[in-house]
Amino acid sequence: MSDVEEAITRAHHEEWGRVVAALTRRLGDLDLAEESAAEAFATAVERWPVDGVPPNPGAWLTTTAHRKAIDRIRRENKRDDKQKAARLMYGDEAPEPLGAIDDDRLRLIFTCCHPALALETRVALTLRMVGGLTVPEIAAAFLVREAAMEQRITRAKAKIKAARIPYRMPSADDLPARVSGVLAVLYLVFNEGYLTTGPDPAPVRHDLTAEAIRLARLVHALLPEDGEVTGLLALMLLTESRRAARVSAGGELVILNEQDRGAWDATLIAEGHRLVRERLVAAAAGAKPGRYQILAAINAVHTSARDVRETDWSQVVALYDQLVGLDPSPVIALNRAIAVAELDGPEVALATVDGLAARLTGYRPYHVTRADLLRRLGRSSESRKAYDKAIELAGNAAETSYLKRRRDQLR
Amino acid sequence: MQYLVSVIDDKSEPGSTDRQPLISAFNERLIAEGYWVFAGGLADTTAATVIDNRGEQAVVSDGPFVESKEYLAGVWIWEAPDLDVALRLATEASKICDRKIEVRPFQ
Repeated sequence: MSDVEEAITRAHHEEWGRVVAALTRRLGDLDLAEESAAEAFATAVERWPVDGVPPNPGAWLTTTAHRKAIDRIRRENKRDDKQKAARLMYGDEAPEPLGAIDDDRLRLIFTCCHPALALETRVALTLRMVGGLTVPEIAAAFLVREAAMEQRITRAKAKIKAARIPYRMPSADDLPARVSGVLAVLYLVFNEGYLTTGPDPAPVRHDLTAEAIRLARLVHALLPEDGEVTGLLALMLLTESRRAARVSAGGELVILNEQDRGAWDATLIAEGHRLVRERLVAAAAGAKPGRYQILAAINAVHTSARDVRETDWSQVVALYDQLVGLDPSPVIALNRAIAVAELDGPEVALATVDGLAARLTGYRPYHVTRADLLRRLGRSSESRKAYDKAIELAGNAAETSYLKRRRDQLR
Repeated sequence: MQYLVSVIDDKSEPGSTDRQPLISAFNERLIAEGYWVFAGGLADTTAATVIDNRGEQAVVSDGPFVESKEYLAGVWIWEAPDLDVALRLATEASKICDRKIEVRPFQ
């Protein structure tokens, strides 16, 4: 890739959301903002190789996008829009400080994650408008046809306009409820990237995990006092730190206990631990931790240990107990049982896991966990059956190949 | 911006019937705060008549245009600056009416 191409790619990654957000604030129109931003980037692709990369690509793109928006509005030739154009040209609002984190993008995130939109639509719209991912990229990540994804995004934008979903930060009263929706979207994006649900050859989509972390950092920078925002960012960083060790050279999933801990990313771990400690201090002062903070703390325990034996499993189980109190879902109970197996042995854990059968029968990790516990108890034929069941349920190719090898080791 | 706010009742699990005083008080507040445009409760769907005059001759039929467990029990029209304001009021309205509420913008 040439230097100019690289500069354009980087600008797209770093500035897309900012440009769209700034235009949306001025125009109040997501479509027009998006189209003008796209035109500005297209112009950059034409101009930068000839004129050179501008000293401040973000400012160049914002200015160009503004001009494109004015041109567009003039072409449309409607009275309302002419007023918009006038406002754009003579608007007395100060231009956004570049480089600083601005509220425009956060407003855009909250708009895209509005509770009046379906959850899957919120994810798609956030990736498109704030993350700058293309429709085919989003469609591929969520295994839907491109046309269907395009339609979903178009409908969402139409609803925002027709129902007048406001482009602003939610009021103080609404903020806690609305932040939790944003966090749910970011966590979904991250998880989809960390273990894609489809049989995609790439088990990990780094572009999605990176985007989720980038957006979480943005929300955290703007709401540093929100414990769950801090918790989710820490959780993502600590999970991401293990990415390189998670898939073997042969493309097989490597479970946590068997990972080469030397391949974990120490910088991400240090940052994650710092955030978790920050929340521990707050908890000691009486703040009640939510689910992301507890999950981050569990990951902090894992990433503190040099190997599996050194892991403080009683601490992990205690944290899961806290989590069960907040969220009595069978999935949480299953994850708790995995930690219990390390602390009290596979037999105790199996009793719990078997109790979840009715609610988790279609859930792949349930059968994976059961197969592993039965294997450790020497109940090979039952374990084989559980592996078969897990393999049957569609999942990621890297995990399937790991499960097949495990199953075939049993006799 | 005006929103049509529909009160949705359920034939198999109807909401409580003692809501009128609370709804009246809520209406007073909507008027005082400038959101109120119009409101009205509707008679039962059995009182509905549908007319179709798209063909050669008008056809008059008895009953609502759609048969379903859920039906429209009443409407409000609110004037609100944006959806968030309408949703906040609708959240209160649902509690007050003890029924589901649909918020839909006028074009």
